[in-house]
Amino acid sequence: MANQDVKDLADKEYKYGFSSDVEADQIAKGLSEDVVRLISKKKNEPSFMLDWRLKAYRHWLTMKEPTWAEVHYPAIDYQNIIYYSAPKPKKKLASMDEVDPEVRATFEKLGIPLEEQKMLSNVAVDAVFDSVSVATTFKKTLGEAGVIFCSFSDAVKEHPELLEKYLGSVVPYTDNFFATLNSAVFSDGSFCYIPKGVKCPMELSTYFRINAKDTGQFERTLIVADEGASVSYLEGCTAPMRDENQLHAAVVELVAMGDASIKYSTIQNWYPGDKNGKGGIYNFVTKRGKCAGPRSKISWTQVETGSAITWKYPSCILLGDESVGEFYSVALANHYQQADTGTKMIHIGKNTKSTIISKGISAGHGQNAYRGQVKIAKSAAGARNHSQCDSLLLGSQCGAHTFPNLEVHNTSSTVEHEASTSKIGEDQLFYLRQRGLSTEDAVGMIVNGFCKQVFNELPLEFAVEAHKLMNISLEGSVG
Amino acid sequence: MLKIIDLHAKVGDKAILKGLNLTVKAGEVHAIMGPNGSGKSTLSYVLAGRSGYEVTGGSVEYEGKNLLAMEPEVRAREGVFLAFQYPVEIPGVSNKYFLKAAYNAQRKHRGEPEMDAGAFLKFVKEKAKLVEMAPAFLNRSVNEGFSGGEKKRNEILQLAVLEPKLALLDETDSGLDIDALKIVANGINRLRDPQRAVVLVTHYQRLLDYIVPDFVHVLSGGRIVKSGGKDLAVLLEKEGYGWIDAEKAAA
Repeated sequence: MANQDVKDLADKEYKYGFSSDVEADQIAKGLSEDVVRLISKKKNEPSFMLDWRLKAYRHWLTMKEPTWAEVHYPAIDYQNIIYYSAPKPKKKLASMDEVDPEVRATFEKLGIPLEEQKMLSNVAVDAVFDSVSVATTFKKTLGEAGVIFCSFSDAVKEHPELLEKYLGSVVPYTDNFFATLNSAVFSDGSFCYIPKGVKCPMELSTYFRINAKDTGQFERTLIVADEGASVSYLEGCTAPMRDENQLHAAVVELVAMGDASIKYSTIQNWYPGDKNGKGGIYNFVTKRGKCAGPRSKISWTQVETGSAITWKYPSCILLGDESVGEFYSVALANHYQQADTGTKMIHIGKNTKSTIISKGISAGHGQNAYRGQVKIAKSAAGARNHSQCDSLLLGSQCGAHTFPNLEVHNTSSTVEHEASTSKIGEDQLFYLRQRGLSTEDAVGMIVNGFCKQVFNELPLEFAVEAHKLMNISLEGSVG
Repeated sequence: MLKIIDLHAKVGDKAILKGLNLTVKAGEVHAIMGPNGSGKSTLSYVLAGRSGYEVTGGSVEYEGKNLLAMEPEVRAREGVFLAFQYPVEIPGVSNKYFLKAAYNAQRKHRGEPEMDAGAFLKFVKEKAKLVEMAPAFLNRSVNEGFSGGEKKRNEILQLAVLEPKLALLDETDSGLDIDALKIVANGINRLRDPQRAVVLVTHYQRLLDYIVPDFVHVLSGGRIVKSGGKDLAVLLEKEGYGWIDAEKAAA
């Protein structure tokens, strides 16, 4: 192995590290009941929302930050965080052309030109810039199909009855420390409702982006697929370079009614910190889906390459008979990144089925943990689960950990668990280099091959992006 | 094309090559034979640039350039190909994707435009026919779940695609049944060309029934101790390597 090559690669800077200058409307640092009220007021929310936020806040005060994950970080000062920041609206936006040029330029730099996406990729983009949605495209096409896809703020105003019915129905405000905090202070996010029998005519996509300095991000996403409906939703993130650690505590709730299916794909590329472990996003996310009706299906696919700390367990509650839950994950921890991620599959309905494919890659000083729970309730006759957890180590200073937890209360169920850990081989690298590939390309090829089962689950444009992202994120991890 | 002068190399603390000399001209096929542990594989790896094989003396000139100063991938792009004795598996990477990446890395190196996926697929399917490989193999992961014979044939497919100037074949015949051996030999023979050279490293004479070499060398104790024509290989097969050592001791 040519160590100099590896060094050069390792020294590459985070590609998306820049910040743009948009005037922000902020609430002063700190958290109190008044701040919660102020957020709700700024967003002109109905009283049921404020009540819900306050209940969450009061409950949060009784909770302790969890310490069971394989991640280590200095204590977070929750009074030293700005809980609300919105780009100042200059005027009401009728089309993409009217979006703040600064904002648009930022997306251009990220390689996400909205107008091009609009024309070329048939993807509706609800761009979350800081905490408020500034642009929504394809609203018309979606509207004709009866699909509601809007910012959470708009949903609060336009579809309060749906929110009141489904908000917190999968992740209650009491769920966990970070989800509860989110429930109290979340600023915006996306809401999606697919009516009965409707197949969403396009893939839905939201690009999240942390921008204003010291702003914690508390996004909330709620997707409801009514009976027989189906939707594919893409979430992708990049964040500008920062020295201070930034807290991100999002909540995603999915509800699939009978025969409905939701495919939720994520590429997470928040700023991971520099090569010495300085800075980076703390990403504490709660994602859960409920297969509420029979034969419903929820599929999570995630590619986690960013953040200093990832704490994330996209899960499925398989309530409906014959419902299906899937979790496909690639998590990469390079330099000093720490990832503790996995899933929970809770089988309640009869003949429910779940699949877990987890690929963890550790490089540099990175630490990667898979944490999974498969629970087969007494009622879940004929339930089946297959889990496969593979770890790939690049270098000798990184770590891979696996914490599978199986809880089976029904004897007619089948649960399988496979796990492997391997080191990227000098023989593999030499083989590829002998065929003319550079070390960088060889490592990228081997790792992308390792991740293939998961990448195959991504929508095509995301799969291409995932490939590139792996190559960028991996840099230099072999020695 | 290839000029090896007084080459010394070690693996770890162990000196393996101890003053090896060999000259290979374009258009020639050389067979290097020798008992186990004589340094045959080490020679292949040193020429391909594998880490852990440290050159301690001598020089290797390839097309007038210092081969030893090049990174392994540069040697490959310059036309040096090593068919591995034990080809490794690359799970999740399709054979055709891998071949295309390798092929285009070479083209790029030569300043030629890269070949697109459609054109390459057509090209590689033709090549697969030469080694009697079903197109399905192109979609399978590199060497994963391949039998020993399939792995060797896959090496020859790569050889056919990359069309190197200098092909080093390290025990390519080992583990092959007679039918596979013929296919592999046929693939190599097709590559014989006045512009190319082939160096076959082999323990047995068997392969040389199908690929007739211009020169046969005996490697022993890290040096070429005897060189001759095809007849030398036949003699070695019959008499073993003992007499050479005896001859050397007498000299």
